[in-house]
Amino acid sequence: MKTTTTRAFQWVGMLAVGALLTACGASDEGAAGQAGPGTFEGRGPITYVAGKDTTGSVQPMLDRWNKLHPKEKVTFIQLPTDADAQRQQMIQNAETKSDAYTVLSLDVVWTSEFAAHQWIDRLPEKRFPLEKMLKPVVETAKYRDGLYAVPASSDGGMLYYRTDLLKKAGISEPPTTWAGMKADCAKVKKLPEARGMSCYAGQFQKYEGLTVNFSEAVNSAGGVVTDRNGKPDVDTAAAKKGLDFLVDSVKDGTIPKDGITYLEEDGRQAFQSGKLIFHRNWPYVYSLAGKSDIKGKYAVAPLPGLDGPGSSSLGGHNLALSSFAKNKATALDFMKFFSNEENTATFLKDASLAPPYASLYDDKALVEQYPYLPVLKESILRAVPRPRVVQYGDVTSAVQQEAYAALSGAKTSAQALKDLQEALQKSTGQ
Amino acid sequence: MADTKVPPPATAVRREPAEPADRPRPRRQPRATAGSARMAALLVSPTLLVLTVVVLYPTLMALHESLYGPKGLDPETGFIRATEPFVGLRNYADIFGEAGERFWNAFWNTTFFTVVTVALETLIGVAMALIMHKAFRGRGLVRAGILVPWAVPTAISGLLWRWIFNSDGIANALIGHQVLWTTEGFHAKVAVIVAEVWKTAPFIGLLVLAGLQVIPKEVYEAARMDGAGPPRQFWHITLPLVKPALLVAMLFRCMDALRMFDLPYILVGAQKHSVETLSMLAQNEASNVRFGPASAYSVLLFLYVFLVALAFVRLLGADLIGDVGAGGRRRKGSRIPALRRRSEVTA
Repeated sequence: MKTTTTRAFQWVGMLAVGALLTACGASDEGAAGQAGPGTFEGRGPITYVAGKDTTGSVQPMLDRWNKLHPKEKVTFIQLPTDADAQRQQMIQNAETKSDAYTVLSLDVVWTSEFAAHQWIDRLPEKRFPLEKMLKPVVETAKYRDGLYAVPASSDGGMLYYRTDLLKKAGISEPPTTWAGMKADCAKVKKLPEARGMSCYAGQFQKYEGLTVNFSEAVNSAGGVVTDRNGKPDVDTAAAKKGLDFLVDSVKDGTIPKDGITYLEEDGRQAFQSGKLIFHRNWPYVYSLAGKSDIKGKYAVAPLPGLDGPGSSSLGGHNLALSSFAKNKATALDFMKFFSNEENTATFLKDASLAPPYASLYDDKALVEQYPYLPVLKESILRAVPRPRVVQYGDVTSAVQQEAYAALSGAKTSAQALKDLQEALQKSTGQ
Repeated sequence: MADTKVPPPATAVRREPAEPADRPRPRRQPRATAGSARMAALLVSPTLLVLTVVVLYPTLMALHESLYGPKGLDPETGFIRATEPFVGLRNYADIFGEAGERFWNAFWNTTFFTVVTVALETLIGVAMALIMHKAFRGRGLVRAGILVPWAVPTAISGLLWRWIFNSDGIANALIGHQVLWTTEGFHAKVAVIVAEVWKTAPFIGLLVLAGLQVIPKEVYEAARMDGAGPPRQFWHITLPLVKPALLVAMLFRCMDALRMFDLPYILVGAQKHSVETLSMLAQNEASNVRFGPASAYSVLLFLYVFLVALAFVRLLGADLIGDVGAGGRRRKGSRIPALRRRSEVTA
């Protein structure tokens, strides 16, 4: 019998190991709660859910709120730093209809998905000072013309460039077009200091950054990835010009050969160590580069485009209200508090988060501290949000797949755009 | 040990009931058997309960979930429909259709990684074990050194190797040629294999070392007396005697490698089709809120892992849980009698 039990355990053990390893994707599904807009009742303690706060600026803000509202305290629930992990946990919370999460800090590209699944409530527009905010930023908080979130912070791409080298080459103004940028590079590269330098890099590794950079190139050439209603329309001549800029730049060495492995940080390192003349990156680089070897030798400009200044994609976070939460009246007040002008200015100072309010970009004291603000404002005003679609995960995978194939030379840009259009139509169901 | 202790099948069944009878019990013999069986059931029940909750239930739920499709979007309201449509076996059938391309790519990647990494790990692991087994000065240091990679969490080793395989990383400096390891292509597979073998060869080394240590020295002395050189000794003594331990180690590695996720995910990236494994595919589907297809892929992976484990046990006679030392000798005769014994007991 001993042998038999052992055998039995072998079977159970094998089943156990196999099942444990594989059965983690399943979850029970039920009917989603139909939380209608306009019912924001109940006051009491709530939670604020966001990614890990690396700057330490969130808790002091919550403390201020808690002091003012001792009966409606907000608890901070920190999720992992990784955006995908944050999204996953928020979805899990919604799928189990848990009331643990009240106010969610959503990445701008998740709005449509969360709204379509009715994981977040439609918000009353009149309660928030949306007219004071930059228009493209407000757009990221909308789904089918309804407001589902409140912008809390924004982000836009900027062109970092080496002022010292441009000046030496006799160039007074940063380029506004791709052709201008390439011409400037040709001049700079004749300088002895610029030996071995590459012209330009963005984020071209196969990840979310590629979606950002590809969308920017397409938008800057006058094309779109998806139109206003989320309908894919990327197989166009304009979009091809945008993609061709990237593809040709990789081919002719404008973008360094290892540029297709760059994430934000790789590009920043390359720019700071003097390997790049121009570099597309987010505002966070500005203060970091000020502590590096190129201190005082760089400045920012709006992104260049095909015939004039280009369009950036938008980053940032919006506040949304979980459909399954309690004390929604408190939540609404808290969202208003957290995203008001004064507090977003604090976040700009303490965490370098770009505020959604237009007036802050013209504030003299702030501009002195953050000289890039006027450029960033211009960048955000001209920005086009990344595709606002329900199946954003599929759309961004498809964009990465095809843009990468074109950049690495596996496909022609025409073929890649054709395939992308097909893939997008399939995943958006249009 | 096995030959002497495991009695012929018939006596095995008859002798078991005799044991509890030694204890002072008021009942008659057959009832005592039932009592002991009940006692055994009682003792095992917590384990079975836990297994039911953490293994059986999720597995059944995954099977159930895999029969449902993703929720559709209602074009009128713009909202996702509340219920998942029942699609029967369509999620499974889809792998043979147009959408199956990605599945089969992941399937072959998984298989390729498993075969190559386990083969390399076995070779290197055995070599490591032989070195660790030798008595020489600084042996403790070497043993510790060899085991370090196994102690590093996979996610961390993925990050470490991402630095090594960076475009200006050590790997490129060593080979003196710029290879963009983290881009799509065969080189990405190579990067994953190198990192995986580095990390897990010590595991095989460790288990084989345990196997080596139970081989009596006398066997080698006898072999030397008979004039067998080191290669012959290795081939005819060491290898057959560590085989049970080695097979168990390989089986564990195979099962581990088949569900490989974190290393390619972190080292090369999530969307890279050249290193996408079945686990990554299932995770990707689940993260896009398509739990049906994700469950279907998980179930298929589960079956695949199960079949490989079964093949190991049946064909190679790997002793998964039983005593390692005995496995080698017991193996040949045990297969059929084991079955017979079981049927007699359950009958």
